[in-house]
Amino acid sequence: MTDVIMPQMGESIAEGTVTKWMKNVGDKVVRDEPLFEISTDKVDAEIPAPASGVLREIRVQPGQTVPINTVVGVIGAEGEAVVKPAAPTPAPAPPLASTVEPETVRMTAPDFAAPKPTPAPAPAAPSPTPAPPAPSAAPAPPASLASSAPPSPPPVAAVVLPSAPPPDPEKPRAEMTIDDLRQTRSSPVVRKIASEHGVDIREIPGTGVSGRVTKQDILGHIEGRPAAEPAPAAPAPAASTESAPAAPAASSEGAAPASFVPAFRPGERVEIVPMSPIRKKTAEHMTLSKRISAHVSTVWEIDMTRIDQLRKKYKQSYQDRHAVKLTYLPFIMKATVDALKAFPVLNSSVDGESIVYKKDVNLGMAVALDWGLIVPVVKGADEKNVLGLARAVIDLAERARTKKLKVDEIQGGTFTITNPGVFGNLFGTPIINQPQVAILGIGTIEKRPVVRDDAIAIRTMSYFCLTFDHRVVDGADADKFMGQVKQTLQEFDESGL
Amino acid sequence: MRLGRLRYATGLALQEQLVEQRKASQVPDTLLLLEHDPVFTLGRNARQEHVLFPEETLRAQGYEVFEAGRGGDVTFHGPGQLVAYPILDLAPDRKDVHRYVRDLEEVMIRLCADYDVSARRVQGRTGCWVADEKIGAIGVRISRWVSSHGLAFNVATDLRAFGLIVPCGISDKGVTSLRKLLDREVAMSDVMGRLTTHFCAVFGHTLAA
Repeated sequence: MTDVIMPQMGESIAEGTVTKWMKNVGDKVVRDEPLFEISTDKVDAEIPAPASGVLREIRVQPGQTVPINTVVGVIGAEGEAVVKPAAPTPAPAPPLASTVEPETVRMTAPDFAAPKPTPAPAPAAPSPTPAPPAPSAAPAPPASLASSAPPSPPPVAAVVLPSAPPPDPEKPRAEMTIDDLRQTRSSPVVRKIASEHGVDIREIPGTGVSGRVTKQDILGHIEGRPAAEPAPAAPAPAASTESAPAAPAASSEGAAPASFVPAFRPGERVEIVPMSPIRKKTAEHMTLSKRISAHVSTVWEIDMTRIDQLRKKYKQSYQDRHAVKLTYLPFIMKATVDALKAFPVLNSSVDGESIVYKKDVNLGMAVALDWGLIVPVVKGADEKNVLGLARAVIDLAERARTKKLKVDEIQGGTFTITNPGVFGNLFGTPIINQPQVAILGIGTIEKRPVVRDDAIAIRTMSYFCLTFDHRVVDGADADKFMGQVKQTLQEFDESGL
Repeated sequence: MRLGRLRYATGLALQEQLVEQRKASQVPDTLLLLEHDPVFTLGRNARQEHVLFPEETLRAQGYEVFEAGRGGDVTFHGPGQLVAYPILDLAPDRKDVHRYVRDLEEVMIRLCADYDVSARRVQGRTGCWVADEKIGAIGVRISRWVSSHGLAFNVATDLRAFGLIVPCGISDKGVTSLRKLLDREVAMSDVMGRLTTHFCAVFGHTLAA
């Protein structure tokens, strides 16, 4: 079964209206042929079928408007469905209908490039020499390999969240989401159980390697869910006989930690709210980042008294002359940019076994919104003075709040600053915004008693926390970087104001 | 590509052909510039009540009526109106339909500026507006991220035709044209040239022959 979902046609688009179905329930559909039409604003778009098979269900009728990612229909496997090659890549032809249905990936988010897809690690590949299934005509390659071919997504989601990797048309990057990984790398047994019980593997939190769903996970999920839901009898026809060999599953199960804790128990009083698109992206991005980078955090105490004084001194004239409210942030950004110039490895990305040094400093600014977190990017921050930075921040933050950011304004960041201090936090240990290698968190800025010249003084203080990727940044670099940030702020050069 | 004046059906067929070729990468991004014979077209979201007269009446007066597979409501095309149909592959880096529509607006706003006409966007009302009157309309179709249909900009359109419909379903605002605003004739070829320039600037394309 493949869910047909309402695609996201643009960054600021949260819903779409189905205007027409080209197929009726029961019609055969071929992957990529026009399936339905949607309309948003003044734009009509034709959406191709995500998979081949039979249109089993139309859940959203023409005229209805639904949020993006809503399931609008379902495509089921057909008797002897001839599966078209999935992707333009010279991948091996997918096996004829086995338990791997022509399930294609629903949406790949082009911005969250997963690490290079270490092509289906061994555990999932059926190795214990089962003789190739005799009856099938094609020399069916192992399911896991076939389905790990990058899918060619039709009109696909646009970008929602922070920093995309730099556009790099040369390198086909893996654009698989965790969901996709789960789906494509789960063992045949798991997929079989899933299809027999009508369970969507993507909905199950996997505990196996790389988030794979193990047999235990899926059994736990099936037991845990409300009994009322009848399992649609959907045995993959013709295929179930071939896909029997259960052996391959054993190895991937072995890798799974024993404890899997369901989100809630039957009978527990809960309210289940689907995540918003931005929530999903954030969840995905954060988990991926933790998995990709070797996070280390270092905390520095910085005396902001001079900045406080400068801010007070220039506040009025900035307001009068430029209509700009002068905050601490542009000073911190300026100090950060200067330090990034001195320690360029903090302004880099990792590409396989190479370090990609970014020549421009594009500073991402985390902005908390009522509906989530977004990180607009100040492009060319190294070419701006304090006034320019202040202006850019005000403009981007305002447009983030009014949802008027353009896609390219949340992409291409090379370093991120986040400011949890505004909520009163002392300091936090932020998660790196991929594909960057460091992020600076600013704690609350407040007056504290400190020792100066053997006396207790009252100074305006703050804790800054730098989280860096230890794959490429060593502690010495990180702390030298922070040392410079500290020095710049404590001895800020007034002539640039 | 400048095509002169075409019947709507001809324009539609040409677009369909180019869209297929664009999907197959047989042709580069293409901008079609043309004028239509008088025609009313209904977008996918069009409501019949926005056509104020029966189809027969309109046909009797020499207007064609078409249902077009584009976004938007009902509109009028006719001589003196510059119609631009960009056949662009928006993949991989322009896959945002809102942005695409905003960019089309931008092209028309810049075009107006060339004639010292100050045009703007109106929140929630796609198109190009001068004061409270619409000078340029937008209706777009996207198929596998290849665009078709596009924009219609009133250079010297016979605006009376809009009186027969509720343009784009917006009943409380009027329609205007460059000629009406400037109170002089403007050469269509001149407008086409400028539109092309701005289009290339906004979409970052270079001009192909």
